[in-house]
Amino acid sequence: MSETNGKLVRVAGVSKFFRRGSEEIHVLEGLDLEVPKGDFLALMGPSGSGKSTLLNLIGGLDRPNKGEVIVNGERIDRLPQRKLAAWRARHVGLVFQFYNLLPVLSAARNVELPLLLTHLSKADRKKHVETALEVVGLSHRMRHLPGELSGGEQQRVGIARGIVTDPTLILCDEPTGDLDRKSGDEILDLLQALNRQHGKTIIMVTHDPHAASRASRRLYLDKGQLSTEPVQ
Amino acid sequence: MKFAGLVWANLKRKKIRTLLTLLSILVAFVLFGYLSAITRALAQGVDVAGADRLVVRHKVSLIMPLPESYEAQMEQLPGVAEAVHATWFGGIYQEPSNFFPQFPVKPEEYLAMYPEFLVSAEAKARWLETRTGAIVGRTTAERFGWEVGDRVPIQATIFTHDGGQTTWDFDIVGIYDGAERGTDTTAFLFRWDFFDEARDWGRGQVGWYVARVEDPREAADVAKRIDAQFANSPAETKAETEGAFVQGFAEQVGNIGAIMVAILAAVFFTILLVAANTMAYAVRERTGELAVLKAVGFTDGQVLGLVLAEALALACLGGFLGLGLGWILISLGDPTNGALPIFYFPPRDIVLGVVLVLALGLAAGIFPALQAGRLRIADALRRL
Repeated sequence: MSETNGKLVRVAGVSKFFRRGSEEIHVLEGLDLEVPKGDFLALMGPSGSGKSTLLNLIGGLDRPNKGEVIVNGERIDRLPQRKLAAWRARHVGLVFQFYNLLPVLSAARNVELPLLLTHLSKADRKKHVETALEVVGLSHRMRHLPGELSGGEQQRVGIARGIVTDPTLILCDEPTGDLDRKSGDEILDLLQALNRQHGKTIIMVTHDPHAASRASRRLYLDKGQLSTEPVQ
Repeated sequence: MKFAGLVWANLKRKKIRTLLTLLSILVAFVLFGYLSAITRALAQGVDVAGADRLVVRHKVSLIMPLPESYEAQMEQLPGVAEAVHATWFGGIYQEPSNFFPQFPVKPEEYLAMYPEFLVSAEAKARWLETRTGAIVGRTTAERFGWEVGDRVPIQATIFTHDGGQTTWDFDIVGIYDGAERGTDTTAFLFRWDFFDEARDWGRGQVGWYVARVEDPREAADVAKRIDAQFANSPAETKAETEGAFVQGFAEQVGNIGAIMVAILAAVFFTILLVAANTMAYAVRERTGELAVLKAVGFTDGQVLGLVLAEALALACLGGFLGLGLGWILISLGDPTNGALPIFYFPPRDIVLGVVLVLALGLAAGIFPALQAGRLRIADALRRL
């Protein structure tokens, strides 16, 4: 365990670059970030500013080239692959822009996916799935395939999948980016409720100021650096 | 088991594609069954040939006759326990495509030489009482619906009788079974004395001899002794073990057999490649979904296992159905109506088929599975 000074997420001196042929593209440069427990943080910035890259590092989907990422007291950037997968299953709920549901599975079975990695019995998994779908208001559509649901409903299923394991942290990458304003607002209401009523810590990447306004805190990312004000 | 639903759901993703892949695997393994049965049929009898039996034929060719008097001379030679003769009759029942072998033989001696031909004592007694009597193998009897007591006319193609008549009438006095699975039960055996007296030409001539040696370890020496006995005579002999004789006989059609086996094997292999490619493609198009599984916590090994399980499930479903269907079809009998008298799906090849099914599943699944296992989540999600 590393010292986190009471913060749920601590990103310190993180750099990340990608190679394109012989060229190195630096996305993040010595970036620092702290997210307290119960926070609802909106990460904003122009396309290619590194928002999703930062989210991936915090969620253990990728590793930094330099620096450290500590979540809930655990330094995840040094965890071996297998342990990192187990850590993700236990601590992180992911919500994607395009929902990323498995089209061959019903809503309930999509939500059940992360639970397959636990030791829960089939009956217990069913209970957890019903609860998660109830929270997102979709218990009446649990047997429907994703293709039979609207975009907003699919994103609710995505959120139910993200919260079904009761994770420490919910990471959302443009959760309203593929939705109309009304459906987007419903999703933001839901995220706000999860934050305020259930105390969930949420980090949301968005470039939509309207979506960002629903968060309790906003940070702007540009040229690999974070600031509290948008860069002009 | 909790992941089985996930594997099954993926197989149902594109039902037509899965069905077509399944069918191609099924056809490949039905073909494999036929390939095995034909290969075994072409080498018929080699495995069940008696180790203590020698076949003695004319040195020039099997179709050249030998004198009947050789039998007694052969039995005088050291190491020879007994000798019997047989002759190719080459008759036709109703139409030429109804092929089965017919031999005039001495009943008691011949049955003693071939204990694997199981005949009841009553049938044997009836045969000895009836000059026109014939014993027929179970396969041929069932093929033509013959029963004991039936009179069967056979059209001669070689031997006429009683002044040019071509039709020989025989009375079925018994049906023999094989002691082993590979025993030929297609032969039609009738009495030598009746045949030799009635035929218009070639009296006192036989087709070949079968000699039993006292010690199978000395078979080669006894064969040399027999050939030496008849050396420099008008009908020199070539003696060899029954296994070598059957092998040599099979090799006469060997080229056709080898070509057929090669063609079937090429078709089988091509179908397998197509099936493997389809399975690999089905996985490649789901890269994004596999990345999502990893993102929610599936390990590299679990994703690899899921992909491999899917390929194995498809291969096993198609392969085992194909082997089963192949076994059923082959059990219905020789599709050539008599050219392949010993025709069955050998158990050893069924086991080989099961191994091939598993190998197909592994070969088709391992590369996409490794690819899925190595998938970098962030890269794959970026591509969505």
